[in-house]
Amino acid sequence: MRVPLSWLNEFVQVDDIPVEELAERLTLAGLEVEEIEHIGDWWDPERIRVGEVLHVEKHPNADRLVLATVEYGTGEPLTVVTGAPNVRPGMKVAFATVGAIVINGYSEAREKIKLKRAKLRGIRSEGMVLSERELGLSDEHEGILELPDDAPVGMPLRDYLGDTVLEIAILPNIARCMSIWGVAREVSALYKRPLRSPTTDWPREALGDPIEGKVEIVIEDPDKCPRFTASLITNVEVKPSPFWMQRRLILCGMRPINNIVDITNYVMLETGEPLHAFDYDKLVERARRTGRETPRIIMRQAREGETLVTLDDVERRLTPNDILVTDTAGILSIAGIMGGAETEVSAETRNVLLEAASWNFLSIRRSMVSHNIFSEAAKRFSRGVHPSLAEIGNRRAALLMHQLAGGTIAEGMVDNYPAPPPTVVIEMDLDFIARLLGIEFSAEEARDILQRLEFTVEPLDERRLRVTVPDHRMDIEGQADLAEELVRIYGLDRLPSTLLADELPPLRPYREHLLTERTRDLLVGAGLQEIISYALTTPEAEGRLRLDGEVLPDEAYVALLNPSSRERRVMRRTLLVSLVEALQRNIHHHDRVALFEVGFVYHRRDGERLPDEVLRVGIAMTGPVEPPTWLNPTPALADYFAIKGVLDELFTHLHIADRIAFEPAEHSTLQPGRTAAILLDGERIGYVGEMHPLVREANDLPAQRVALAEFDLHPVLAAVPDSYRIRAVPRVPAVIEDIAVIVDETTPAAEVERVIRAAGGDVLANVYLFDVYQGAPLPEGKKSLAYRLTYQADETLTDEAAAAIRQRIVHALADEIGATLRSA
Amino acid sequence: MQQELQALREEALQALTDAQSSEALAAWRSTYLGKKGKLSHVLRGMGKLSPEERPIVGRLANEIKTMLEKAYAERAETVRQAELAAHLAADAVDITLPGRRPPLGRLHPSTQVMREIERIFADLGFQVYASREVELDEYNFQLLNIPPHHPAREMQDTFYIERSADENDVLLRTHTSPGQIHAMREFAAMNPDTPPPVRIMLPGMVYRHEQITPRSDIQFQQVEGLAIGHHITMADLKGTIEYFVRRLFGPERRLRFRASYFPFTEPSAEVDMDCLLCGGEGCRLCKGTGWLEIMGCGMVHPTVLRNGGYDPERYTGYAFGMGPARITMLKYGIEDIRYFWQNDLRFLEQF
Repeated sequence: MRVPLSWLNEFVQVDDIPVEELAERLTLAGLEVEEIEHIGDWWDPERIRVGEVLHVEKHPNADRLVLATVEYGTGEPLTVVTGAPNVRPGMKVAFATVGAIVINGYSEAREKIKLKRAKLRGIRSEGMVLSERELGLSDEHEGILELPDDAPVGMPLRDYLGDTVLEIAILPNIARCMSIWGVAREVSALYKRPLRSPTTDWPREALGDPIEGKVEIVIEDPDKCPRFTASLITNVEVKPSPFWMQRRLILCGMRPINNIVDITNYVMLETGEPLHAFDYDKLVERARRTGRETPRIIMRQAREGETLVTLDDVERRLTPNDILVTDTAGILSIAGIMGGAETEVSAETRNVLLEAASWNFLSIRRSMVSHNIFSEAAKRFSRGVHPSLAEIGNRRAALLMHQLAGGTIAEGMVDNYPAPPPTVVIEMDLDFIARLLGIEFSAEEARDILQRLEFTVEPLDERRLRVTVPDHRMDIEGQADLAEELVRIYGLDRLPSTLLADELPPLRPYREHLLTERTRDLLVGAGLQEIISYALTTPEAEGRLRLDGEVLPDEAYVALLNPSSRERRVMRRTLLVSLVEALQRNIHHHDRVALFEVGFVYHRRDGERLPDEVLRVGIAMTGPVEPPTWLNPTPALADYFAIKGVLDELFTHLHIADRIAFEPAEHSTLQPGRTAAILLDGERIGYVGEMHPLVREANDLPAQRVALAEFDLHPVLAAVPDSYRIRAVPRVPAVIEDIAVIVDETTPAAEVERVIRAAGGDVLANVYLFDVYQGAPLPEGKKSLAYRLTYQADETLTDEAAAAIRQRIVHALADEIGATLRSA
Repeated sequence: MQQELQALREEALQALTDAQSSEALAAWRSTYLGKKGKLSHVLRGMGKLSPEERPIVGRLANEIKTMLEKAYAERAETVRQAELAAHLAADAVDITLPGRRPPLGRLHPSTQVMREIERIFADLGFQVYASREVELDEYNFQLLNIPPHHPAREMQDTFYIERSADENDVLLRTHTSPGQIHAMREFAAMNPDTPPPVRIMLPGMVYRHEQITPRSDIQFQQVEGLAIGHHITMADLKGTIEYFVRRLFGPERRLRFRASYFPFTEPSAEVDMDCLLCGGEGCRLCKGTGWLEIMGCGMVHPTVLRNGGYDPERYTGYAFGMGPARITMLKYGIEDIRYFWQNDLRFLEQF
């Protein structure tokens, strides 16, 4: 909402308040001033003044130029050469003398230039009569700006035409401030200054014949149209509205049309009540077409399939959402949104039927959105305009039509008001207010503030007040709203700051959150960079991760009904899609990319409205396992074992390594033979492996191994023990010995280790695989695994005891998996 | 024999001076003082001496031996020092060469800042409460006092989820506030007659139907706090937020609370902090106002309390919410919000 201070000042005095202070005060009270625009503050008061054209002569050497002599308060008129078509003797103009800064009206860039003395076709020009464009007021450059006849000659234009406009953000709860009067109310309350109201009284001499019998108003559904008022103004002269009115409309961002239309807009800006002016004679004509003498205006719901050509010449398809203003011949306008073209006011209009009504704001809102018409009227009605404002707006506009268009107001007003909203009365308990705000208001203070805001306040007892809400405060429903009014006007900055003194809530375990963070820390420790990705992707991107290339239909996904782009239209089903996107982004400027994400994937559930949100960990590694340095310029490249090592370390640190197993598996993205399922207590929780070379190609990744892992985090976190036993630090040295065993090459190392551990028992503190060997002299199909075993007992182990353990292990290996000792 | 011993002494001392390395010294020792060394050899001839001469020669031989041992020790120390010095000199490196860096990863900046925020509120007794992202309209809007077609819905453009059946009642949450209802109902269920106090924070991802630009994104994180109890006031809210902001941004920060509007709080306020860049003078970052908007807050609306199972006659509460991305951007001078989910290492590796 644009608020010119000169206009605001008519309702409450603000011209003695520094504008920055006013803006700050309004902002803190909830009317956020987004911008302060100073109009004309750059106009040189000495060199740009109100002037009067004394006489106009033909230019001796040019047909299209004239010489205008202008008096501008010095008693020494100057002659200027101008091409303005509208310049004439007696006209009041904005006059600039040499040296003034003005805008170059002929340049696209609209830069400011300094006016120089010039000779035009042999005649000296001592200054310039200015257009609106040259003053930066609008883009108008056809003729020069014509000032009102009573403009005082010689006055600096800055004082006469300069202004300050506040741009105020309108949140849904301050729809009442979508008017100058509404903002004035706030200023009045904040500064304890008297508020003036718009003049609405019709003087005797304005009145003509009574309105009775001239129009009939029918409201079909009072819930949709609680009030409809109409007045009739006859014998108007349609012409441009006066300078001051046009000026204010422009300052508020509206375009002047003619005095009748301008008055409806002006009164809307002033009071907040949108109005509509019909050409009454056209309504009568339509009535006659349907066999009636006078118009009958009917408010009703639209029917499916009806259409209307609106003022902007667009044919609109209507739906039962819309409320219509109709007559016996058809549709006149979409209520509260936009009028129809047929009955609009034109230059020929003589008689005006003026509508000021009230509409159900939700209906208007739906219509506004469905027709995509965000008119000034719709913006206001869709946020709620109290029916009481209809009468005020109607009286105000009719009065101005009498004053500015010479019209006669038919006596009386047709006022159909079937559904006056109930007056809201709230019992306010000051103890409740204190409990909510943390500050005590006395009954006196509370009453003072609320009365300044036009609430009616009566004491019930010492701590309770009966508060009657004024009509324009449709946002006030209960005590909490009143508390906001009190603290808002009192000043939030004056509210004390305290720390919570209330009792603490019951403690809830939130180990999952803590363990999730722990998981992140461990992965960072393992050298991985955390990423966070868009959860939105495409089925095609996920399809590219599959060797078979299958793209699942959108229905398989949690898919958006209204995506903002095709690239982000379904919720991901796997973290791999995000990891691969990140690899693609980074692989061309980084040798080593090692990433992880802890995030959700989204799976639809049959028969359920809401999907599963599954928290997962995803890991991707490619390139050197550590950053290359001069010491080791070519570190090993990440592969299956690099990523498995990360998982081993993670599960060890989470103390669940003994419950985790890996088994050979297949996965649509991963390379066979280098893919494992991750098992927790025997249940699959995810996969680890290397990206299939063809999938790598399909995703434009370079020919280099890419190790990937993805697993569900919740079962892992659930398995993490809250505590575990720590073994005493051994008092006696351990016995360490190596054994190498020969097994079939198909025997998994994990199986060998399982047998060793089982046979070794508690005394076998550690098993470390330090060599894997295949080839001569081993027979074909065999491999050798070399282990370093650590025996740790409470007492020093004798050689015999150690040998016994070793024997146990060797026997078990031979019995269970047919292993033989290599060294033997 | 005495001459023989004296000659041996002279020879040994000379040879000792010539020994330049620990190897040469070891050889010298074996040559002169070893079991089969020259001194032993001379002494083996003692048996031929007269009884009178023996003690004299014996004493002399001992003196020479002691003296040579001492000379040897001195020489050995000198050689050891020289050798050590030579070794250290040879072992020196160009200490400006880069080190061997262990591959340490990093947390995403959003995680880092989220943790900082959580830590501060944890100190005030707020615990993390997780809540789902794909939500029902009912929880995201209606129970938060935003009925269908309410003007406040304009403030949050929503992604709806495609479903085969009926209404568009499933959506991506536009804020973390639906968690308020989930949490309140869970707490209230513990004791419906006298629900326990609530003090939680709700971090998580939220979604808005916007264009992706340097200033807006379709996905961003929020964290909000909720405190409900018998004596929770707006003054407490103000104090809590001041404590938070000064811990995060420094004790000298100034704050401004201005009245605002959120459907789920009443009274409501926006919190501005004096501009980090210009300190309130007005600059590009604060668009000349001197203030940076950092969060919204207010007292929980009675309707919301009631929807959560808390009687607004007996309980009051406050809520506040902020976007960690905005806070991260302010803290590190980041100008493009799209950096956050692009996962470009050239951005991430700077944290």
